[in-house]
Amino acid sequence: MTATPSPTQTKTLTTKTMTMVAAINDALALALERDPAVHIFGEDVGVMGGVFRATDGLQARFGAERVFDTPLAEAGIVGMGIGMGLAGLKPVAEIQFAGFLYPALDQVLSHLGRYRHRTRSRYHLPMVVRAPYGGGVHTPEQHADSPEAILAHTPGVKVVIPSTPADAKGLLLAAIEDPDPVFFFEAIKLYRSLKEEVPEGHYTIPLGKARVVTAGDDVTVITYGGMVEVAQKAADAARAHGIGVEVIDLRTLVPLDTETILASVQKTGRVVIVTEAPRTNGFHSEISATIAEEAIEYLRSPIVRVTGFDAPYPPFTSIEDVYRPNPVRVAKAIRQVMAY
Amino acid sequence: MSKPTAKSKSKTPPKSAAVPAPSDPTAAGAAAYADAQGEMIQLIAPDGTVTQPERLPDVSIRLRLYHLMRRARHFDERAWVLYRTGRMGVFPPYGGMEASQVGTAAALTPDDWLFPTYRDTGAALTYGLPLAQTIAYWRTSPHGWAMPENLKVLPFYIPIATQYPHAVGAALAERRRGTRNVAMAYIGDGGSSEGDFHEALNFAGALNAPCVFILQNNGWAISVPTRSQTRATNLSRRAEGYGIPGVRVDGNDVLATYRVTAEAVQRARDGEGPTLIETVTYRVKPHTVADDPSRYRTAEDTAGWDARDPVLRLRAHLLAEGHLTEEADAEITREIEAEFEEALRVADAYPEPTPAEILDHVFAEPTPQLVRQRAQILAEEGA
Ligand SMILES: Cc1ncc(C[n+]2csc(CCOP(=O)(O)OP(=O)(O)O)c2C)c(N)n1
Ligand SMILES: [Mg+2]
Repeated sequence: MTATPSPTQTKTLTTKTMTMVAAINDALALALERDPAVHIFGEDVGVMGGVFRATDGLQARFGAERVFDTPLAEAGIVGMGIGMGLAGLKPVAEIQFAGFLYPALDQVLSHLGRYRHRTRSRYHLPMVVRAPYGGGVHTPEQHADSPEAILAHTPGVKVVIPSTPADAKGLLLAAIEDPDPVFFFEAIKLYRSLKEEVPEGHYTIPLGKARVVTAGDDVTVITYGGMVEVAQKAADAARAHGIGVEVIDLRTLVPLDTETILASVQKTGRVVIVTEAPRTNGFHSEISATIAEEAIEYLRSPIVRVTGFDAPYPPFTSIEDVYRPNPVRVAKAIRQVMAY
Repeated sequence: MSKPTAKSKSKTPPKSAAVPAPSDPTAAGAAAYADAQGEMIQLIAPDGTVTQPERLPDVSIRLRLYHLMRRARHFDERAWVLYRTGRMGVFPPYGGMEASQVGTAAALTPDDWLFPTYRDTGAALTYGLPLAQTIAYWRTSPHGWAMPENLKVLPFYIPIATQYPHAVGAALAERRRGTRNVAMAYIGDGGSSEGDFHEALNFAGALNAPCVFILQNNGWAISVPTRSQTRATNLSRRAEGYGIPGVRVDGNDVLATYRVTAEAVQRARDGEGPTLIETVTYRVKPHTVADDPSRYRTAEDTAGWDARDPVLRLRAHLLAEGHLTEEADAEITREIEAEFEEALRVADAYPEPTPAEILDHVFAEPTPQLVRQRAQILAEEGA
C-alpha cells in the first residue's frame, strides 16, 4: 500500500511503522497530552484499553478521570458527551461497534448536529465519536454494519473514514481539534491488516480533502475506508491490462471534496463508486448524484456503483463474503464502464 | 483463594460511579456476592446443605433440573472444544451460570415466550431449543436462525437490552388474546444500564404485562465490573422504582432460581403483573471464547467461584439425600453425551447455504431492487 499521508504540519520526518489501531492510539495519546480538555470514554476503554485496543495504556498514562469506562448505554455516552462539550470539554467517545450506535441515534439526530444551529453559535460541540465499522472479518450479527450514510444525512455532523494508518492519525487529530461534531469510523478489517510508516509527533490532515491514491486517465474509482484496498487491487489488475485507473480515497464524506472528484471525472469520463454499505440510499448514491449534476457532459459511460445489498449484513460466515465488494466485482465494473 | 465473605462487606460507594478502581478489579464479583449473602434467597448452601427445607421443589423437579444443568454444561464444554478445532463459531460461554439459566427457563412451558441474549444458550436449551439447531446457530448457519414453529423463542439477541421491550409487547399480546402465557427476557448487569431495560420495566408495570425479567448479575460486562457499572449494590431494588416486585436470588442455587421464577411466572399468569429477578452469579469464563480476561482480572478471583459451582452444589445435595447415585450420575453422563453427538451429526449434515441466501427473507415479497440484486449474485457467484 502506497504511503502518501501528505500531512500538513509535519515537524519532523521521523516515522515509525504502525498498524492503524496503533496510529489511532498514538493520535489519542497526543491529543490527551496536548489539550487537558480532551476526555476519552466509552465501554471497556479504560482498564481493558478497548475491545480493539485502540485506547490501550491510555488510562494508565493519563488517569481514570481523563480516560474512563462508562456504564453500558450508548445514548448516555453520546448524551453525556454533548453536555461535556457544551461545558467546554473535548469529549472523544468510543462506541464499541458502529452497529451499536443505534441506541444513541436519538441524541445524535435530535441534538449532536443541531447545537450550533439552535443556539446561533453561542454553543458548539467539539465532540468526536469513534466507532469501528464494516465487515470482512467474520464478526457476529450486527458487528459489521456500515451506517455512515445515516450520519452523513444528519445536518451539522462531519463524517471521517480513514483508510491508512498515517491518514487515521492525522485525520483523528484534525477531528479532535475541529470545533464541530465529527463521526470517525474505523474499518475493522484495516485495524491490523496493514502497516505503514507513520510520522511521529503531531500533525493533522485537513477534513474535506480527498486523496488521489493512484493517478490514471481512463477510469475514476471513488471510495473510502475499508474499500480503498479492495479498489486498489482491482485498479492494479486493470492496469496490467493497460487501463489507467485513478483511485480516489474520499477520507471525509462530510465535508465532501467535490473538487477532486470532478477534476478526475472531467479527465476520465468514467466512474465506478465502491462502498460496502447497503445499496439503496447509500453515500455512493450521493456521489453519483453530484457527478450527474455537475459533470454529466464529461461522462462517456453510465456511473456504476459497486456496493453491499439491500439486506442486513449477513451473520452467516460461510456466505458473508458475497455481501462485501471484492476486487473481482470492482474489476468487473471497471471493464463495464470501459466497454460502454 | 479469595474468600469473598472476608472481602468488603461495606456498602461504601465508589468515589465516582464512572471511574473504575483498577487497583482491585478482582474484588468486584466476589464483593457483590458477599454483599448479597444476607439478602438473597438461597435454598441450598454451596456445599449442598439445605438451608430452607420447606421451600424445596419436589424430588422429581430437582432431578430434572440436575439433568438439564448437566446437559447445558455439556454443551458449553463441547462448544469450547469444537471452537478450537474450527467446528464452532465465536461462542459466549456460560459455564458456571447454569443455575441462573436452567432454573429460570425451566419454569416456562413452550407456550410462553423466551427472549434470550447471546449468553443464554443454557436457558434456550432448557426451554426446548433443539440441540442441533443451537449448534447450527453458533456455527452461524442460517438454519440456526429459523426458530421452530412450536416454540416462541427468538434468536439470541446481540444488541444489548433491545429484547426487554419486546418481551413486554409479547406478554401484552398474550393478555389481549386472553391466554395465561407469559414472556421471559434475560439481560446482564451491564445491559441493565441501557435505557431499554428501564423503559421495559416501567411499561410492564404500567400496563400490567405478564413478564418475568431475569437480570443475570455475573459480575462483569466484558471488562467492566458491576460496581463500576452502577453505584447500586442491589440490582433487584431497581424494580421498586417501577412499582413492581424485585427478587434477589443466589444465582448458583438452581433450586432457589427455579422456586422464585416459578412463583413469578405464577403471579404473571394470574394477572398480577411483572417481576424482576436478579440472579447473583459469576462469569467464571471469558466474555467469549476469543476474549483474554487476564487484561482486566486475575485467575484467583474466578477460583473463589469454582467452589460455588452450581452443578456440583445440586449434585452434592442429591447424593447426600440419596436421590442420586454415582451409577445414575454416570448414566446421565452417557445419555447427554450420546444426545449431543447425535445432534452434532444432524448439524453436520445441514447443507451449506448458497450465496444468494444473503438476500432471502428481507421482505415477504422481494422488491424489484432485491430481485435484480439476486440475479446479479447468481450471475457472479453461481447458485
Ligand atoms: C447496544 C450494544 N452495545 C454494546 C455491545 C457490545 N457488548 C457486547 S456484550 C457487552 C457486555 C454485556 O455485559 P452484560 O450485560 O453484563 O452481559 P454478560 O456478557 O455479562 O452476559 C458489550 C458491551 C452490544 N452488543 N450492544
Ligand atoms: Mg454481566
